Amino acid sequence: MSGHEITLVVNGVARRVSVPARRLLSDCLRHDLGLTGTHVGCEHGVCGCCTVLLDGEPVRSCLTFAVTVDGQEITTVEGLAGPDGMSAVQRAFAECHGLQCGFCTPGFLCTVTALLRENPAPTEEEVVEGVSGNLCRCTGYQNIIKAVHRAADLMAEES
Amino acid sequence: MSTRLFGEPVQRVEDARLLTGQGRYLDDLGREALAAAFVRSPHAHARIRDIDVTAALDVEGLVAIYTWEDLPPRVAEPLPLLIPHPALTHGRTAYPLAKETVRHVGEPVVMVVATDRYLAEDVCALIEVDYEPLKPVVGLEEAAQGSRLVHEDVPANLGAHLVQEVASIGGASARECIETSPHTLAFRLDIERSASMPLEGRGVYARWDGRDLRVYSSTQTSTSVRMAIAAKLGLPLPQVEVIAPDVGGGFGVKIVHPWPEEVLVPWAAMTLGREVKWAEDRREHFVASAHERAQVQYVRVGFDDAGRVLGLEVTILHDHGAYTPYGIIVPIVTSTQLLGPYKIGSYRVEFSSIYTNTVQVTPYRGAGRPQAVFCMERTMDKIAQHLGTDRADVRAANFIGPSEFPYDQRMTFQDGRPLVYDSGNYPEMLRMIKELIGWDSFERAPNRGIGLACYVEGTGVGPYEGGHVQITSDGRVHVSTGLTSQGQGHETVFAQIAASELGVPLSQVSVVTGDTRRFGYAVGTFASRAAVVSGNAIALACRKVREKALRIAAEALEADPADLDIADGLVHVVGSPSASIPLSTVAVLSNPLRYSFDAETAKATQFATATPVDRPPVAEGEEPGLEGRGFYSPLRSTFAAGMHAAIVETDPDTAEIRILRYAVVHDCGRLVNPMIVEGQVHGGVAQGIGGALYERMAYDSDGQLLNASFMDFLMPYASEIPRIETAHLETPSPLNPLGIKGAGEAGVIPVSAVIASALEDAEGFDIDRMPISPSDLYHLRERPAPGDR
Repeated sequence: MSGHEITLVVNGVARRVSVPARRLLSDCLRHDLGLTGTHVGCEHGVCGCCTVLLDGEPVRSCLTFAVTVDGQEITTVEGLAGPDGMSAVQRAFAECHGLQCGFCTPGFLCTVTALLRENPAPTEEEVVEGVSGNLCRCTGYQNIIKAVHRAADLMAEES
Repeated sequence: MSTRLFGEPVQRVEDARLLTGQGRYLDDLGREALAAAFVRSPHAHARIRDIDVTAALDVEGLVAIYTWEDLPPRVAEPLPLLIPHPALTHGRTAYPLAKETVRHVGEPVVMVVATDRYLAEDVCALIEVDYEPLKPVVGLEEAAQGSRLVHEDVPANLGAHLVQEVASIGGASARECIETSPHTLAFRLDIERSASMPLEGRGVYARWDGRDLRVYSSTQTSTSVRMAIAAKLGLPLPQVEVIAPDVGGGFGVKIVHPWPEEVLVPWAAMTLGREVKWAEDRREHFVASAHERAQVQYVRVGFDDAGRVLGLEVTILHDHGAYTPYGIIVPIVTSTQLLGPYKIGSYRVEFSSIYTNTVQVTPYRGAGRPQAVFCMERTMDKIAQHLGTDRADVRAANFIGPSEFPYDQRMTFQDGRPLVYDSGNYPEMLRMIKELIGWDSFERAPNRGIGLACYVEGTGVGPYEGGHVQITSDGRVHVSTGLTSQGQGHETVFAQIAASELGVPLSQVSVVTGDTRRFGYAVGTFASRAAVVSGNAIALACRKVREKALRIAAEALEADPADLDIADGLVHVVGSPSASIPLSTVAVLSNPLRYSFDAETAKATQFATATPVDRPPVAEGEEPGLEGRGFYSPLRSTFAAGMHAAIVETDPDTAEIRILRYAVVHDCGRLVNPMIVEGQVHGGVAQGIGGALYERMAYDSDGQLLNASFMDFLMPYASEIPRIETAHLETPSPLNPLGIKGAGEAGVIPVSAVIASALEDAEGFDIDRMPISPSDLYHLRERPAPGDR
């Protein structure tokens, strides 16, 4: 399988990698770059576990070929924490018990990070709408919704 | 207990790693491993005439192709029947790779190993299997007629048949009691298939170093996988270790073992001398793991003017799919848990467990109880409707009273032990749920309905679990238990139990689950049993360690052990806090040393201690180290209970169903961590709503699963789940030291019954099947009314 040389700027670091044209971005991140925090739950773009930020926007990395994002910036769950520790969204999920098995969590964290950047004070309806592209089989979403509001509060307090 | 952590909603210790991408799930391991993929049957029922691999041999990166004929004798045998039962007269399990016949779409036929998964799938696509399709057996009632067979040697497709009868106190049979009742009703209920559907599928990764085999599996029972692999591969047990890494949800499906892949991947790793890994994809999970729920129930009930059930007869057709690796646990649970919180005058339950050419049926969260509760609660609603009385009053008329515990239902439960309820307070729970939902003040409006349902859940089944607790010379507490975790927060709740028992800060405790290197004896995580069985085992282990710590500290402090307590990791004389010794030092003293490696351990060396020279450094009956093991083996199950209520609204035109309110009252005995229990309830309710409104397995008449993807199998998103209001009642279990009952499955159990009850109330006609989608509801509305037929 012939390879394509691409450069992905992942969590601020330029990573050169050779991938076949059919390599999914999710597999490239996980298996070529060793960033296994991004998870794959369905491989057909429904569950949202594989959500990463591509130039800041949430995308399904399982529906994206790695070669198509050559040169672009990608943020994965490994890149959400800052030098001072976990981001407000990550802390809010811990505080509100917004995760159980943790498999869907990286996708939610990326989705919510983008959501709150667009809309720092979402209403209940906007929160529900905002996370309704991600499946969670453990939490019944109650505490995920709470965590999004809590993250918004934390971000407001800390800004 | 001096450190009050038991019962506190402390934050989870698991979260830091899971929130930062540092979790280690199965497919995160073994980056250098070879990848396995499987050719799976596209037919529901077929004979294999030939397998031609010629076209696949040139794929670069191909390492090996295996069919059934390549397997050594023990590996080639059918997989074990895990739970035999005398009534399961025709139990059948699959071969790890199909031998001659395939019996459901998705059955593995060929195993491919290649240098990467993409290439392994390329190879699979080039392998030609010549099938002779056979007419499949699909549909429970058609299968029960037995005109075509799933297994040639199983007449009428009947795997198991079991009748259980509980006569009235006066000795009359249920049939006699129904005949002589003032009122009788008869009806039929239909329940569809659903599935656990964890977001992480199954997966296995094996390493063989020429002598020892290490297997990682996304399983709910690593100890039992280990024993099964050792037996299948002919390895001595001590040379096999099995580890459940972080597991992305289980909900029952991962208790089944050994899966074909759990045998084949380690065998390939040994055969090839290379690391091999297989991670299931979503389609494989739909067609090659397990489903649950599907039953048809025929009910006859006799009752008096107050709605008291005098006789109940339930006949169940249970669809167990193509194979029965997990025995007949699901219909046994349905049969026994059907009784719920009620005193039923007399009861007869009969089930036939039937083969079909579909994916096998094994426990999914709730494990037969949602069907049981659907049956009993539909019955209660129908009695109320017949008598024109309040639905809550009919339930209250049948409750077991708070003073009647232990209450013997005179049946045999799923653990082979008597179905005796340990404790509960059902009238109080009914009062609470009515108050929470506003039952008595509910305002009637068109297309609005209110419903409720009650259940009792046998939890914490045996045979046992164990715990090991070790305090090391740095004062840290290391806890291990053999059962596994799939997101329940065991690292936190078990640490809370240990910290409370030992008097140490939570931050000093770390917990390992599901790693046979750390603890080899366990049963597994299922039946809402982890907190009950492992929790108590860990508490007992802690009590041993605590007693030893006090004994050693007493000697050092020249005090009586009875005068000592432990707080904040310090053993101190009660009332004299200055006379104290840290647990770290006690740990050092517990292990007489010849060699030191730091100042702390120097205190335990032979010239530093003043131990009497007339006895050995380790006294007779003692062991070095501040550690201990405990096992807890319950006499019988604990019985948690709950009541749910909902208010729904249906659209008069589109039949869209909206849940306006959902309320839960839950009793799982003493709560170790209310935040975590609540999370378990939330998740269960959401799965229950999926099962009540959306989830079904759409098999066509050819046995093809038409909705084997997340596009078509509709699991609820946040937009489908209402806010869940909860309240807790605590009736401690008298059966175990901690008074715990278990909470894992609770939330899911009554949801279908609650939603049916509320929809029936909103629509004014019977709701006798689940799930009920808006389009189902729309068509039910279009049906002619009974009088017009």
